[in-house]
Amino acid sequence: MSPAHYVFLAVILFVIGAVGVLVRRNAILVFMSVELMLNACNLAFVAFARMHGNLDGQVVAFFVMVVAAAEVVVGLAILMAIYRARKSASVDDANLLKY
Amino acid sequence: MIHLILANSGAGGTNLDPLFDEAFFWILAVLAVSAALAMILVRQAVHCALMLAVVMLCLAVMYAMQGAPFLAFVQVIVYTGAVLMLFLFVVMLIGANSAESLKETIRGQRLWAGLAGIGLAVLLVVGIGHAAIGSAAPTTAANNTDNLTGLAQLIFTTYVFPFEVTSALLITAALGAMVLAHRERSSPKPTQREVARRKIESGQVQPEPPPGVYALHNAVDLPARLPDGSTTDRSVSTAIAQRDVQLGREPLDTEVTDLSVEERIDAERQLETGARGSEDQ
Repeated sequence: MSPAHYVFLAVILFVIGAVGVLVRRNAILVFMSVELMLNACNLAFVAFARMHGNLDGQVVAFFVMVVAAAEVVVGLAILMAIYRARKSASVDDANLLKY
Repeated sequence: MIHLILANSGAGGTNLDPLFDEAFFWILAVLAVSAALAMILVRQAVHCALMLAVVMLCLAVMYAMQGAPFLAFVQVIVYTGAVLMLFLFVVMLIGANSAESLKETIRGQRLWAGLAGIGLAVLLVVGIGHAAIGSAAPTTAANNTDNLTGLAQLIFTTYVFPFEVTSALLITAALGAMVLAHRERSSPKPTQREVARRKIESGQVQPEPPPGVYALHNAVDLPARLPDGSTTDRSVSTAIAQRDVQLGREPLDTEVTDLSVEERIDAERQLETGARGSEDQ
């Protein structure tokens, strides 16, 4: 398959992830959607690496994975702290910064 | 089959047969997109996590098909293994039984989100459609050596500084998670003497009865019977009681007055003792 197919698949997955971020209420599910978007980006990076015939895209995808792992660890810890304080994981309930 | 996918010598980084390549791509693409759609539509958080696992495994196979076997394994180990397990842990800790409310707090949010998604998709597809995405490059010096060797050379020469920064990032993230998840104790830890005194004062010295005590079954959802014949709902976990309510069952439906059941159990007991006796002889 040509890399274009993979890039279009990455676009579809990215859009699904974006809609998930907008639609879902539960903060954990918002996080999962963000992970889906990061994965879609990785797929595009790998496809472009194959298109150009070098490995730089794969290295970038590797770094994206590392950063995503760090992001998930901190994000879920924040989520735990919020849940402990407010007994809810809904993004609608955490509105204290508004005032 | 595995060595077909992982071998990294043909044009464009793989030496898969073009027919296999195409078939694999379409199967995996349909699977990944439908799993992703299911992920944002399913209500239960655990199901969402499983759907995300399906997407990630599909992407891992796609990496392998595109001449990135190292990334494929990192995807399986780091994403599907570590990150998703972390997600599942947090879902189990906080979100497993908190069903998402379907009430829209912002009016028309779903509609506008769907429209925004379609708009984004059109924008990206048109933009990428205009870009000239060539076919896969023939094997070059960068990727006709072993994939792992090439990646290692890049990471430890060109990208060595980002790599070092990554380690700092990981340490910071670990420390941050420890700080954020740490709970300050608001009251001093009760000593053993205080715990014992509180128990005596509460009037219940013994622990809570486990489920199924004196009952006909020892299933966890069956409340224990107290010596006076009544049942106690304190012996059943609240999560199980909630699940019974969700499934439409009566949570404390325990008073078994069916005589035939009693008789059957007596018969079973006699059979059992008889068998034991014959074994002893």
